[in-house]
Amino acid sequence: MVNDKVTVSNIIEIRNLSFGYKYHDPIIDGVSLDIPRGRFIGLLGPSGAGKTTLLKLILGLNKPWNGNIKFRKKNDRDKTKEFPSIGYSPQAESVDWDFPITVTELVSMGLWNSSGVFPWINNNTKKRIRILLDELEIGKYHNRQIRELSGGEQKRVFLARALINNPDILILDEPTSGLDPLSRENIIQKLIEINNSGITIMITTHDIDGVAKKIPWVICLNRQIVSQGNPNVILSENTIYKTYGLKE
Amino acid sequence: MDFLVPFQYEFFTRGIIVSLILGAICGMLGVYVVLRGMSYIGHGLSHAVFGGAVSSYIIGLNFYIGASIWGFLSAILITEINKRYKIKADAVIGIITTAGFALGVLLMNVGYSPIKNFESLLFGNILSVTDFDFFIILVVSIATVLFLFFYQKILLFTIFDTDTAKVYGIKTDRTDIIFSLVLAGVVISAMNSIGVTLLAVAIIAPAASARLLTNNFSKMLILSTMIGTITAFFGMYASFYIDAPSGSTIVLFGAAIFGVSILYVYLKRLHHMHYHGDKKHSHSHIHVDEHRHEH
Repeated sequence: MVNDKVTVSNIIEIRNLSFGYKYHDPIIDGVSLDIPRGRFIGLLGPSGAGKTTLLKLILGLNKPWNGNIKFRKKNDRDKTKEFPSIGYSPQAESVDWDFPITVTELVSMGLWNSSGVFPWINNNTKKRIRILLDELEIGKYHNRQIRELSGGEQKRVFLARALINNPDILILDEPTSGLDPLSRENIIQKLIEINNSGITIMITTHDIDGVAKKIPWVICLNRQIVSQGNPNVILSENTIYKTYGLKE
Repeated sequence: MDFLVPFQYEFFTRGIIVSLILGAICGMLGVYVVLRGMSYIGHGLSHAVFGGAVSSYIIGLNFYIGASIWGFLSAILITEINKRYKIKADAVIGIITTAGFALGVLLMNVGYSPIKNFESLLFGNILSVTDFDFFIILVVSIATVLFLFFYQKILLFTIFDTDTAKVYGIKTDRTDIIFSLVLAGVVISAMNSIGVTLLAVAIIAPAASARLLTNNFSKMLILSTMIGTITAFFGMYASFYIDAPSGSTIVLFGAAIFGVSILYVYLKRLHHMHYHGDKKHSHSHIHVDEHRHEH
């Protein structure tokens, strides 16, 4: 079962956001968007539609031309955090898979500022990582080099790094790209489980049938928001044509 | 025993100690340089500081002052230009640092007669390592080890996945600059013993060899440090016996170990353990792709 119940409050509010890599050619053009706490959102669109760019704007990796992004606390009494904690995983294409690093070492990066000053990983952190890896069914690979794993296993390792600091929101760029149908299905099911535990999730995808239709809430993006809602309702031929820039 | 004879000389003992320290530091630092894919920065910075060193002599300052200003300025310029403009790091490094080197060459050849033998700056010389050089090397080495120890998590995260590191609160730009400054510090301190034109290989060769021999980061760090120390020791020792610049012998030993590492990996691939059904064995064979092969 997917978690379609979300709390009323928004975790992120985006207003009139614009950004581009070239002058007068915005790749994000006046986007306004509310991301309710606890929702599982899929950003759907073709390559070059601005999906990754929108994520990078939310993450603060790009500075917008116009508009603003506000992060909301759970409630006014919540004085613990200024911003929600974020778990992020980049596109697989941006990763150097030959980098000499083990699964445990990679996941420990998510705890770089809370696992002590020494360069080695302490036992408590190791235990915490192992428990999470076991939950994601990759515990037996904890000492393996990342390049020795399959595509699906590698995605889970990055998911583990994003989850290890107990984030309020999980932002994953193309977490299912390049996977076979079974691995893709496993990742989506795992994300649904994570979302059911209360974590807000935002992922990008260009896969309509394999991914978007299995997510509770889809935002169709092509520089602007074309449509958003339950995929079974909004993913009409007309919306898909508009999103993918095809003629009707 | 004959091989202990050179240790009667104070300058040799000092040179060997310096080479051991520098070899270890270059090996250690080289791991991060190689993994970052910025091998050219070591080459560039070592050339850049030469201009600063020559300028210092001409205006009557200690050459460390000019080399440091020039080296640190180059490190900051390279990092900043690379970040702000759409020019790749290798091009920026090539222009800024070679310009520094060219200035040094120009100043040496326009009628000034510097008091120091610049050949030792270019190619390294065991005789030119003074007590003050030793002190500088010691301070820089301690600072470098402390930096690598306490910054390892940050450095590794930044090198492996810069964007995610930023999201997780790491000031990656600041990390890049500090790393470049530390590298510049090591380059400056090693100028006299290894020489600016040859230093880059002393930084890169141990790490590149270690990378060939292991896929484990910790092992790579240990191996690279060991290879750096061994090549520096034998390089310095050989330079005494054959009366050659120490930089050249250290670099040649480093390159030889790199060659041996490549040969080792090639032979290991040829002789890989593999299965035929349930039977595991190894022998020389030609790889068709991955582990499939023909007998």
